[in-house]
Amino acid sequence: MTIWQIVIAGSIAVLAIKFAGYLVPVSVLSRQAPARIADLLTVALLAALIAVQTLGDGQAVVVDARVPAVLVAAVLFWLKVPFIVVVLAAAVVAAGIRALS
Amino acid sequence: MTSTGDSHDDNVERRNQRLAVRSGIAVGLATAAYGISFGALSVAAGLSIAQTCFMSLVMFSGGSQFALVGVLATGGVASGPAAIAGATLLGVRNGIYGIRTSPFIGRGWWKRTAAAWVTIDESTAVGLAQPTQRSRRTGFWVTGLAVFIGWNLTTLLGALIGDAIGDTRTYGLDAAAAAAFVGLLWPRLKHLQPIVVAVLAAVVAACVTPVLVPGLPVLVAALVAVLVGWFNWFGRAADVAPEAEPSS
Repeated sequence: MTIWQIVIAGSIAVLAIKFAGYLVPVSVLSRQAPARIADLLTVALLAALIAVQTLGDGQAVVVDARVPAVLVAAVLFWLKVPFIVVVLAAAVVAAGIRALS
Repeated sequence: MTSTGDSHDDNVERRNQRLAVRSGIAVGLATAAYGISFGALSVAAGLSIAQTCFMSLVMFSGGSQFALVGVLATGGVASGPAAIAGATLLGVRNGIYGIRTSPFIGRGWWKRTAAAWVTIDESTAVGLAQPTQRSRRTGFWVTGLAVFIGWNLTTLLGALIGDAIGDTRTYGLDAAAAAAFVGLLWPRLKHLQPIVVAVLAAVVAACVTPVLVPGLPVLVAALVAVLVGWFNWFGRAADVAPEAEPSS
């Protein structure tokens, strides 16, 4: 696959789900399992992405400058620091550790 | 009904409308700010500026966009199918949002198409938080359009910045990507059930990383959500009760 094909296929799939929601009657949500699984799906995917982005290097699991950067980010989010500031802070921590080591 | 009663209702409704517009614009500005990080990270993952902007225009769902470029960044083009699947699964919640917002959007093919396009976390949350049908509509549309315009402009800006700085590891952009996911996850960890799912999913993803091709660990970890959600393990009692009642 080329990057364009991946980008277009992914975009159309995500957009199609949005359209599908508008075709489904609201009574479907009277059963709770589908809504609950959708909520938890978001949580599981984001958590898994954090693990892979923080520890993954191809198929290897490594501990490097990203780990302290993500821990700093978690503390800053907990302190309710704005998103963009936290993301920048994480980048600065990782870049700083790499520059010093 | 007296005329004073009418004007009182009018005043209340006008106030509702004003509050809906105000919170929509505030949320729009806050969300637009992190379009910069998406733009920069996307270019760092190997996408062109055009591909990056295409995603913000058509996919238009922050979590899915970060997921697609995140998987491509670790696995390259070979992980394309997993990247598409990850982004799609993260977009499933938008479908659920659409079921909830569709009743107050009203009829009309064009209106519903546009509404579906801008159905995301923010527009749904602001819309559903308003007290009346009219202010719900206003809150939804103002937020959706404010985020759409802001997100696309800042994506372009971020992509241009990412393109200009080049080597991304030196600047810690790989850590910034992980931090961005922490920020998207954080507001969702308010109860025991999502916290347990988050911890298990992260552990599963890390454990299977050495044995699966990049991209797949994230999808395998999603099974945790299906299992816990289906059986409602670690759920609150309130989540179970309505199912026990006969539905009419």
